[in-house]
Amino acid sequence: MNNPSHATATVYVPRDSAARSVGADEVAQALQHAAGAGDFALDVVRNGSRGMLWLEPLVEVVTPQGRVGYGPVTSEDVEGLLAAGMLDGADHPLRLGLVDELPWLARQNRVTFARVGVTDPLSTEDYEAHGGLAGLRAALELAPADVVAEVTASGLRGRGGAGFPAGIKWKTVLDCADELKFVCCNADEGDSGTFADRMVMEGDPFMLIEGMTIAAHAVGASEGYLYIRSEYPDAVATMRRAIGIAREHGWLGRNILGSALDFDLHVRVGAGAYICGEETSMLESLEGKRGMVRAKPPIPAIEGLFGKPTVVNNVLTLATVPVVMAEGATAYEQLGVERSRGTQVFQLGGNIAHGGIVETAFGITLRELIEEYGGGTHSGRPVRTAQVGGPLGAYLPESMFDLPMDYEAFAAAGAMVGHGGVVVFDDSVDMAAQARFAMEFCAEESCGKCTPCRVGAVRGVEVIDKIVAGTHRDENLALLEDLCDLMTEGSLCAMGGLTPLPVRSALTHFPDDFLGGRRLLDIQPVQATGPRTEGTA
Amino acid sequence: MTTSGSDVTVESVVRRVVARHRGERGALLPVLHAVQAELGHVPQEAVPVLAEELNLSRADVHGVVTFYHDFRREPAGRTTVRICRAEACQALGADQLVSYARQSGLPLGETTADGSVTVEQVFCLGNCALGPSVEANGRLYGRVGPDKLGSILNGTVSS
Ligand SMILES: Cc1cc2nc3c(=O)[nH]c(=O)nc-3n(C[C@H](O)[C@H](O)[C@H](O)COP(=O)(O)O)c2cc1C
Ligand code: SF4
Ligand code: FES
Repeated sequence: MNNPSHATATVYVPRDSAARSVGADEVAQALQHAAGAGDFALDVVRNGSRGMLWLEPLVEVVTPQGRVGYGPVTSEDVEGLLAAGMLDGADHPLRLGLVDELPWLARQNRVTFARVGVTDPLSTEDYEAHGGLAGLRAALELAPADVVAEVTASGLRGRGGAGFPAGIKWKTVLDCADELKFVCCNADEGDSGTFADRMVMEGDPFMLIEGMTIAAHAVGASEGYLYIRSEYPDAVATMRRAIGIAREHGWLGRNILGSALDFDLHVRVGAGAYICGEETSMLESLEGKRGMVRAKPPIPAIEGLFGKPTVVNNVLTLATVPVVMAEGATAYEQLGVERSRGTQVFQLGGNIAHGGIVETAFGITLRELIEEYGGGTHSGRPVRTAQVGGPLGAYLPESMFDLPMDYEAFAAAGAMVGHGGVVVFDDSVDMAAQARFAMEFCAEESCGKCTPCRVGAVRGVEVIDKIVAGTHRDENLALLEDLCDLMTEGSLCAMGGLTPLPVRSALTHFPDDFLGGRRLLDIQPVQATGPRTEGTA
Repeated sequence: MTTSGSDVTVESVVRRVVARHRGERGALLPVLHAVQAELGHVPQEAVPVLAEELNLSRADVHGVVTFYHDFRREPAGRTTVRICRAEACQALGADQLVSYARQSGLPLGETTADGSVTVEQVFCLGNCALGPSVEANGRLYGRVGPDKLGSILNGTVSS
């Protein structure tokens, strides 16, 4: 084997759980093994993921020209890569080039995700060297009302789905006179097809802590809770460690960064209930109760956790606040279209060749996301539909792919942007089955408080089964319509209220699937294969 | 780990766990997670002790234990395998994994007679770009086809 001919090389291997799910730990071990044997001089840094998930595990080597990427790398590839001179950025079939220049990444506008995948998530030095804490420092120079005004001016809207302006919510909490107020971060991320919250927590946890601390200063809160779903053990572990490190550095606790601000933060782990992502249900869960949705009013901003004024925001919303404070509201507000300002972190998943994170200004079309970024389906078959905005979002046919990503434009088209998740399906999908699943999911995850949702969803499954079986089809189609109306109008929260969206969109755009008009038997279902190595960005 | 199920053991575990979480606001969920981590499930005998310790009614505690999918009333197998059945994984053939498990004698929600494996469904593991996704004993696997699921079920996946 080669003798190390140069100084110790720095090699990045992601610690993100998606990268780990396809072998990143084994790749890191193989690299460390080679270093331990004295054959190569290298340090492995476990970064977050760049969000080019089809290239994971993506290994990056620091060279004088920049970080050179190789991927997807398996542990068996490591020996050959090292022998070929990977530590000098040498050529190899898995070599992708300078990572920052890969078109997929270079075309994006990474604002919230600027550091994710670049830095060591738990290094405070790395964090500060890459702009961390600038937002908090700027905020601490300002009076709370001025921080709120800045966030309002940025146009930042909640990224958890409903798109409510963050600044307006904060103002309500600020205007409450209570001694005790809370900041709660909704990290339940239960929507299928969404993983950006997880990637922030695993890849840049201090950014979220910083955002929550700014929120605390802005509204006068002294305690914060981070409610993370139990399906995300890596995010839980990383956030807990980051909070411990932040306390040691005086970024949390008393007199934060030498200011008068006292704020501490606790992690709470969910227990496998989709509905606990709904904010009032999350508050009930944080209080140690069943996650039953509360009727609004009172809104959580006025009577939230333990009856106290509470900011409830999504991970991405809070994680975006530091950059808004650091760069100014105007810089952020200038991105986007209409009333959808700034960037959105789109998540491409499902049957897609190049799945991952695309952060770009609002206004991009679904077609650009799916075809240009996503590169079509993973199976290589034609795209038939995409579900946007999670399990409560509409299924859109290809004819609607030119719709711009904009909260209002989507709502006008009977769809929703939601949390920015885009789940792609090829032509083997059976849309009646997807509609049935939407009802089944609602029945499974309903909190049970109101009848239209609890009972309606169960009835919905039965009725769809009858339609597909051809039993009194017209009557049952009419019944399904009624049921959807009832759920939309009579449900207390969006779980029951929006379940008709995927159902109706499937029925409207793909009626043949319900009427036995499509010969699904001819279409082979997708076979999962290994990660694709072709089509490198 | 004691799973003898005797009242004394369960009671002492519960009291010890509650003592650890005494200072937390609304501590029931973290307490239940900790009880389950120690005992493998939340046994019925734990309910009255929890109620007494946390000054809640038994009905309240029971209501919480049964509301959340994570809390088990019975012990699970030594390996718990959770197959993601949410939309993004469906788009990549998650249902084939469910069928495969069923054909291997492991229907969703059941534990093998020898107590080795429990297979369950889960809705999204946050790995939607690399599905179908499966989690086994806390470890996440992406791009899982029937073969790989077979190895996971047999406990032979080391990579
Ligand atoms: C059924 C249901 C599930 C939800 N799940 C989530 C979730 O997982 N994460 C999230 O941030 N918001 C979720 N929301 C939205 C929250 O209720 C709330 O609007 C959001 O956390 C507010 O934060 P934001 O203004 O920053 O978006 C859900 C809403 C509903 C009705
Ligand atoms: S709509 Fe469903 S989930 Fe929402 S409050 Fe009613 S029963 Fe609960
Ligand atoms: S849908 Fe299966 S991991 Fe998200």
